[in-house]
Amino acid sequence: MVTTDTIDELTATAKRIRRSIITMLTEAGGGHPGGSLSAVEILCALYFDVLQHDPKRPDWPDRDRFILSKGHAVPVLYATLAEAGYLPVEELMTLRKLGSRLQGHSKINTVPGIEMSAGSLGQGLSYGIGQLLAGRLDGRDFRVYCLLGDGECQEGQTWESFMCAPFHQLDRLVAIIDRNGVQNDWFVNETMEIDPLDAKLAAFGWHVISVDGHDLRQLLDALEEAKGVTGRPTAIIAKTVKGKGVSFMENNPAWHGKAPSAEQMEQALAEIGE
Amino acid sequence: MTAVSPALAATREAFGPTLIRLAKEGLPIVVVDADLGASTTARKFRDEYPDRFFSVGIAEQNMIGISCGLAAAGKVAFCSTFGVFLPGRCFDQIRVSVAQTGLNVKMVASHGGISVGEDGISAQSIEDLAIICSLPGVWVIVPADVEEARQAIETAARTPGPFYIRTGRPKIPVIYDDTYRFQLGKAHLLRPGSDVTVIALGIMVHRALDAATALEQEGIDCRVLNMATLRPLDEEAIVAAARETGAIVTAEEHLIHSGMAAMVSQVVGSKCPVPMGAVGMRDQYAESGRWEELLEKYHLTAEEIVRQVKEVMARKQGARSDGRSG
Repeated sequence: MVTTDTIDELTATAKRIRRSIITMLTEAGGGHPGGSLSAVEILCALYFDVLQHDPKRPDWPDRDRFILSKGHAVPVLYATLAEAGYLPVEELMTLRKLGSRLQGHSKINTVPGIEMSAGSLGQGLSYGIGQLLAGRLDGRDFRVYCLLGDGECQEGQTWESFMCAPFHQLDRLVAIIDRNGVQNDWFVNETMEIDPLDAKLAAFGWHVISVDGHDLRQLLDALEEAKGVTGRPTAIIAKTVKGKGVSFMENNPAWHGKAPSAEQMEQALAEIGE
Repeated sequence: MTAVSPALAATREAFGPTLIRLAKEGLPIVVVDADLGASTTARKFRDEYPDRFFSVGIAEQNMIGISCGLAAAGKVAFCSTFGVFLPGRCFDQIRVSVAQTGLNVKMVASHGGISVGEDGISAQSIEDLAIICSLPGVWVIVPADVEEARQAIETAARTPGPFYIRTGRPKIPVIYDDTYRFQLGKAHLLRPGSDVTVIALGIMVHRALDAATALEQEGIDCRVLNMATLRPLDEEAIVAAARETGAIVTAEEHLIHSGMAAMVSQVVGSKCPVPMGAVGMRDQYAESGRWEELLEKYHLTAEEIVRQVKEVMARKQGARSDGRSG
């Protein structure tokens, strides 16, 4: 049972992660705030309640894997990893700068805790399937959590992997779709509609759960439910708001891939709060 | 060391059996296949190790991603399909998930070149080496016969990092016996010579040897190098050939403007310019036909190598008599 204390703690952590995203992107002068802010609660729920992981042993073979397939949202992952102790919080300010470990899109073997390179969409879930097939051969029982964007679901490879995971009955796999409704240029449903995504995934053999992706209790319940599913993978369709927490960014395609100015940063931090 | 044998074998025949042998020795080999396992010979591995063989169906992009996941979890991950699909159908996945990660993924592409034959141009890969060689950090090997293919596959399995190995469909002469030792990154000197060098690859290697034998009859002393490792190139052997023989002809079953001819030219042009010729596909696709007929029609022959050798030697001698270069 998820306690109110847990939710309060996670809510405070989510606030710090949002603040980090805004400040690091402002300092970098570029990056992707919209899809980073929409995924904050998802990563909070995973890293501070669900994942079996150890920041001191990022190579622990039995760790649960979190794979960020929507690699442009890596600021939310860096900020979360910093909160979890994988890297110093101050290092976040080096994002996108020459010589930094914090590359503009996630790159394997740079920052501890980054499981895979990404940035060209559609590839993360296949990688997660491979990890789980190896885990099964070795008798390891780690789980794989993969975060995809909703625009990313337009990529063909995504559907190759959606077809493959139920075939192998990978019940330790959870695909989380950040359903924020906005892609690079415009709204998803006016670009290339992916709905009814729940029915499509169910038809492919997935156990599908739809949640409010900013409601930590709903997220934690869904992730707990996924652990009990046997014989098939779980897809959590997390309805989110792109740019969540910053009024002028929310649901605005213009904030997919640009950094706030110094003044905009002040307004954003004021809205997010301490 | 290089006993010329009348035996015939396809380089693809080395794939499945070599993986079985290595798995029996304890290597954590897994195979990811995209519905061409009978042709690549990967299915032989499935028969022995069904739990370590994964067919993704006709989904090459997924094949690469799954191979990467298996590799990251400690497996020696081989994946295979035809050279027209690997790398062509999954280039971006190879670029981002294999080349940019350095993961331990071994790509084995069979049915390289036009010697695929009757299936025609959609099945004939004459661009694959250009595509895969464009990527930093990927070893690229084109074995010249089945023995070299066995050793190249074993070397790839035992050496960390990404590999691409191109095998072929037709049965071709066996050049090497089991006393041969494939050396990764090193051209193999098959025949010494001081007048000219033929640098050959894959199916063209035995044709280069035939050409050298014919040239010997005419008093031309032709060096033959098997450039089995195409990436990174053995620059030392190329420069030595240029310096010591003064003329080079390359021979490959691939487009010359983006293949070994272009890569060798880059080294020769910048380090030791000498007259060069190139046997290979010239800015066109082939057609359906029996493989021997195709190689004949598109001039991938010992006769064409001989013709070009004479041409570069004439240019070399012309340059000498003009006093412009040595």
